[in-house]
Amino acid sequence: MGLALEKDDPVAALVDRLSRDGTDGGWAAEARSAALSRLAGMGLPGRRDEYWKFTNPAPLTAAAAADVAAMPDETADVFAEATPLRLVFVDGRFDADASDALALDGLEIETLATAQAADIHWARDVYGVLEAAGQSPVERPLAALNSAVARDGIVIRATGQVTRPVQFHHRHTAASADCAVHHVIRVEEGAALTVLETGAAAARFNKVMEVEVADTGRFNHVRIQGRDRERLAATHLFARLEAESAFKSFTLTVNGALTRNECVIELTGDDATAHVAGACIGEGDFHHDDTVFITHDAVNCESRQVFKKVLKSGATGVFQGKILVQPDAQKTDGYQISQGLLLDDDSQFLAKPELEIYADDVVCSHGSTCGAVDETSLFYLTSRGISKEDATDMLVLAFVDEAIQEIEDDALADVIRAQLAGWLDRRRG
Amino acid sequence: MTAMEKLQVKDGVDQETVDAVRSVGERYKYGFETEIEMEYAPKGLNEDIVRLISEKNGEPDWMTEWRLGAYRRWTQMQEPEWAMVHYPKIDFQDQYYYAQPASMAKEKPKSLDEVDPELLATYEKLGIPLKEQMILAGVEGAGDAAAEGRKVAVDAVFDSVSVGTTFKEELAKAGVIFCSISEAVREHPELVKKYLGTVVPVSDNFYATLNSAVFSDGSFVYVPPGVRCPMELSTYFRINAENTGQFERTLIIADKGSYVSYLEGCTAPMRDTNQLHAAVVELVALEDAEIKYSTVQNWYPGDENGKGGIYNFVTKRADCRGDRSKVMWTQVETGSAVTWKYPSCILRGEESQGEFYSIAIANNMQQADTGTKMVHLGKNTRSRIVSKGISAGKAQNTYRGLVSMHPKAKNSRNYTQCDSLLIGDKCGAHTVPYIECKNNSSRVEHEATTSKVDDDQLFYCRQRGMDEEEAVALVVNGFCKDVLQALPMEFAMEAQKLVAISLEGSVG
Repeated sequence: MGLALEKDDPVAALVDRLSRDGTDGGWAAEARSAALSRLAGMGLPGRRDEYWKFTNPAPLTAAAAADVAAMPDETADVFAEATPLRLVFVDGRFDADASDALALDGLEIETLATAQAADIHWARDVYGVLEAAGQSPVERPLAALNSAVARDGIVIRATGQVTRPVQFHHRHTAASADCAVHHVIRVEEGAALTVLETGAAAARFNKVMEVEVADTGRFNHVRIQGRDRERLAATHLFARLEAESAFKSFTLTVNGALTRNECVIELTGDDATAHVAGACIGEGDFHHDDTVFITHDAVNCESRQVFKKVLKSGATGVFQGKILVQPDAQKTDGYQISQGLLLDDDSQFLAKPELEIYADDVVCSHGSTCGAVDETSLFYLTSRGISKEDATDMLVLAFVDEAIQEIEDDALADVIRAQLAGWLDRRRG
Repeated sequence: MTAMEKLQVKDGVDQETVDAVRSVGERYKYGFETEIEMEYAPKGLNEDIVRLISEKNGEPDWMTEWRLGAYRRWTQMQEPEWAMVHYPKIDFQDQYYYAQPASMAKEKPKSLDEVDPELLATYEKLGIPLKEQMILAGVEGAGDAAAEGRKVAVDAVFDSVSVGTTFKEELAKAGVIFCSISEAVREHPELVKKYLGTVVPVSDNFYATLNSAVFSDGSFVYVPPGVRCPMELSTYFRINAENTGQFERTLIIADKGSYVSYLEGCTAPMRDTNQLHAAVVELVALEDAEIKYSTVQNWYPGDENGKGGIYNFVTKRADCRGDRSKVMWTQVETGSAVTWKYPSCILRGEESQGEFYSIAIANNMQQADTGTKMVHLGKNTRSRIVSKGISAGKAQNTYRGLVSMHPKAKNSRNYTQCDSLLIGDKCGAHTVPYIECKNNSSRVEHEATTSKVDDDQLFYCRQRGMDEEEAVALVVNGFCKDVLQALPMEFAMEAQKLVAISLEGSVG
């Protein structure tokens, strides 16, 4: 850590690999160069970093990633009933032809390329800014890398009650291995926005989403990560929540060789709420890491972290969660649960549910459990004539449902349930 | 006006709790200093000092080499910085690594009667009578268990040397060896050679390695197969001399089917400068053996502005080597300016059990980073962790623990509960648990909510008309008492004060 860029080949090689051509507006150029010097100061994460104790960052930081065969595009329409405004990225590049028109009531929406061309743009106060703030107390070099190199992404400013969700859909067509995407979102006072994410993006996907929610704003986020088995992904979601705002994010992950989803939230306004949830099911060469860091910086805020991991045939599930309650963040209500369900003896669940509390009038709790499918429940179901496979699937669905219930919209939650059920069916052939 | 009185105490924390914490944390009644002629080794640390310590203890060559090996490793190592404690850098060359009362240096006393009366008076003042005729007859407790008088054998360590061990003869009749470790190196080299450094390897961590190089004294216990140790064994550690580090080393071996209960107490005078204490405790439990290790740690915590106090950097580890062996750690941590301590269990034997009960109180400027590691290696192993952290003043209290289920540790079970209580708004409570589950027949549970007490018990209480809070308080208090009553009598008194602390307003 702390190496200068010119001397540090791995950083330069990675930056070089991820860099794409594109115009560079004034404010964006500044933001990128600031991110680059942040990255140079930090260096890339290594196995010995405490924050990477359970996940080996080497595949994410290697100069090159192996190509991965393109995936069939199967999740584009899963949210069709919600009639989203669909924006398509092909191999990490925004594809205007495949996307709906960039227009929706209550929204200002444009691509990062357009936004950076403007001399003065609100996005300059968010792009790389939330990411930079999220670098302390724990460094997240892969996010700084993204801010330094990303040229593609969507910039959204919600000014009213947006009735249709916005869907970012990724298609993976070429073997091109790496891509970096960076979205910037601001939800203005009293506005509401739902963002959906679907699809397989690339062999190695680095994504950052920065979300700023103003007073009384509401932001919902539902994501289905691609089923591509060999995918490597490092995603970061940075959020800053002002007074009385509400933030909810849910991620469903099935398969993927190595996925690290980081979520960094700062509650800066009183009475704000943040819920982060995730369900993942994986088998075999599957390593899934949810790393969440929630900072309570204001009074009477609520945060919830609900993570469920179903693991099979040597899969590894990791949860690193933290609730940091700053000295003046009284009346905080913090909750954190992480559970691993191991379907066989080869899988493992690794967790570090952390609390750091400097205020006394708070209720913070956390729980973490790990074990096999409950024998008694299994017996009960099989004794009612349900086959063992069906019974196990039922129990798996019941297990992850607590996380799915964190989704604000019931219809979207049902889509997730259907996806899961479909995945379990397919797995059994 | 004390810092505690100035604090805003939040609603819901009753006065009794506040008083209890105050009485435990604020008055330090063991802060006196014994005026006694001391003999020091020169300040600083180098190979000559290591040789000198070895020579003073009359150690054989293999032991000297063992120490030198550790010293060389130590010079290559870095001080750990991951704990949530902050203190100025320690100058390891500005310490005395060996100090002993001059009267002990000339000719070793052959029995306690020959020990310098000043020394004995010190221990009496601390409430630790060494003379056999003055052995306490147990403390009257609530239960009838206390009705019978109890004997305790004591090994007292004053700065760097053991000043006396009581009841040696009676213990010898049972075949139990209880002596200072320096004596054990001389008298029982085969046992020491076989077990020393096998639980905490020489280069385990910075402080353990330092200890391996310079440990001056400590206790040694060997309980032969099938023997239930006829009395409680106890070591009382006292730091007296200024600028002296205390590095004691304890090795307890419980052979097949044996049982031993061991208590440890520690105090130090009040001084403006910080003093270093880096101990290593190794426990070995063979088949069907049980070791109960209890600590009331009451080193001088420094004054309310954080001046002075002991740096307590301790490595304690138990190896449940044999099948069905059991180790129970109980600790009440009230002292020390900085605590860095993780009594751990390696559950190697099948069906072995590890338990960890801890109450850590940090007040004023104290910092405690403490917890446990339960490493499950054998099948059907069980562990239980109950940790209560209480912070007041400007103190920081961290629970840091590891529960690891290895792939071969089938059908193992862990239950962890850690609760923290904050009194005042300038202190902090932190929880850093690591959970690693690598097989699916094991269950790991980590809970940190007061509402998660046993549902059946809660239901029972509710059914009798109690409201939820009352019911929780009753169940949790009952549980807490169990932990405290698990402490041997001598410590129960001191620890009893903590019972008054309720769990109201607690956070996970």
